[in-house]
Amino acid sequence: MVAGRGRLARAVQVWLPVGFFLVVALFPFYWMAITSLKADSELYNRHLMPLLLRNPTLKHYIDLLTQTHFLLWTWNTMLVAVVSTAISLVLGVMLAYPLARMRFAGASLIAMTVAAIYLVPQPLLFIPLADLINRLGLGNTLTAVILTYPTMLVPFSAWLLLGYFKTVPMELEEAARIDGASRLQTMRRIFLPLCTPGFISAGIFAFTLSQNEFLYALIFLTKSSVRTVPVGVIAELIRGDVFYWGQLMAGALLGSIPVALIYSFFVEHYVAGLTSGSVKG
Amino acid sequence: MSIRSEPLVRVALPPRRAFSLAGWLDREAVFGWLMMGLPLMFLAALVGYPLVYGVLLSLQDRVIGKPGHFVGLKNFITNFHDPVFWRVAVNTFIYTIAATLLKMVGGLALAVAMNQHFRMKNLIRALLLLPFIVPTVLSTVAWMWMLDPAFSVVNRLLIGLGVTPPGPSWLGNPSLAMFSLIMINTWRGLPFYGITLLAGLQTVPPELYEAATIDGAGGWHRFRFVTLPLMKPIILIVTLFSVIFTFADFQLVYVLTHGGPQNATQLFATYAFDIAMGAGQLGLGASVALTMLPALGLLIVALTLYMRRA
Repeated sequence: MVAGRGRLARAVQVWLPVGFFLVVALFPFYWMAITSLKADSELYNRHLMPLLLRNPTLKHYIDLLTQTHFLLWTWNTMLVAVVSTAISLVLGVMLAYPLARMRFAGASLIAMTVAAIYLVPQPLLFIPLADLINRLGLGNTLTAVILTYPTMLVPFSAWLLLGYFKTVPMELEEAARIDGASRLQTMRRIFLPLCTPGFISAGIFAFTLSQNEFLYALIFLTKSSVRTVPVGVIAELIRGDVFYWGQLMAGALLGSIPVALIYSFFVEHYVAGLTSGSVKG
Repeated sequence: MSIRSEPLVRVALPPRRAFSLAGWLDREAVFGWLMMGLPLMFLAALVGYPLVYGVLLSLQDRVIGKPGHFVGLKNFITNFHDPVFWRVAVNTFIYTIAATLLKMVGGLALAVAMNQHFRMKNLIRALLLLPFIVPTVLSTVAWMWMLDPAFSVVNRLLIGLGVTPPGPSWLGNPSLAMFSLIMINTWRGLPFYGITLLAGLQTVPPELYEAATIDGAGGWHRFRFVTLPLMKPIILIVTLFSVIFTFADFQLVYVLTHGGPQNATQLFATYAFDIAMGAGQLGLGASVALTMLPALGLLIVALTLYMRRA
């Protein structure tokens, strides 16, 4: 009896707070999903219990895919995310490797500068950047965002990789150097293959950040054919004062799926990167 | 004898090697700077130059499509006499402080709750992080719908609980709009806090709790005198991170309220955007954005120095 009450008390102590956090965290996604599956007649009927779904329909999804450029926006978003992630990983390695492995005058100053640049928020830069992109004639091209996203992603990847690189033992590289390999060969053939987990962490973060980016895309991409999902959804599915909530929720859900999928495959890497980034510095 | 000793001498005193390009490239400083050259030039061109150019713009009367003229501090003086600007400053501070405090307290609670033993912990941790990884704009649209004036699910639930219809106007009332923004910012940022602090909690050695328990410390005292002091560095780093990005927040406000009603939720970033992109006044907009620089600069330097020490 006493043992039974103890177990019950423990279950309450665990599941009451955890359950509360789960419901708060997930309810908006549940609401997105059921809204996107309801027909308009059900959606805008105030006499029905809103939390339930009666007659699911894919109409909003079909409308979204056939009447808007949603597929094109998805393609643009993916293309931009993949290219800017790749650029950021390459440039990030070029910054992080010397900083992690070599001693030279100015190294710690550069490391601090890179960290500081990562912390510079976009609103400080967007006005001069908008002018710069216009003068370069890059307005309404994906190049504009592919060039500007790495301004946040490069320092970030470099910072994350720097932390990871420092945890890799140096013996293998030293052995390769003694065997006569140049620094470049040692880095490419011996060191980088050891760092796959670090690249996965940095890559997922960079990919998620580029999918999430809004301000630069909003300013640089004003034509529907070059828009990314977040900008397309905000600029074109909200038409004046008329809201197409079913389509909007379908778009929000579909737009979240790529990030959520990648995230679910690599969640351990993601959490490792998240905690190492701020815990270890 | 001389035949045998000659090679030994050569080994001991090799002739000075001629300059070799490969050898020069392999020197740490040369290799390091060559390697970092490209990324550093990239950052100088697209972060360093815009920062400096932003300062120059803020001193010009530059309007989109026309060349600007140097006007000194005129833009900053205009801001000083603009009541909306002061409203924006107050809003930004309220938003930052309230959201950060909520995330800090809620994040600690989440970390403590997750630091117990139970099943499916990894799955639950993954689910709890969803608000943080899903693109902000998309989840904000969902919140916009949840707070819709006519069909708000929040209000329909509240009415079910006995609130008089139609229920609060979450985005139409100035104070409630700010409240809603703070809550949604917290909703999105809390998992980051919680999971990072959880990782910190797990590094606290269990012996310390045992020792404290033996010394007669109860649950609250263990938390207050063992957990909190050990967690201080992590809490500080996460908080500084959050303050920087909340202070300069744009997306959430732009999507949910556009700064309204009557500038009640206008922040520095959205106000600068409205002036520069909406009204085309690049110089004035740049001066509004630059107002964030002193506070942000201090925070950034503090966090960078602190992370280096940690």
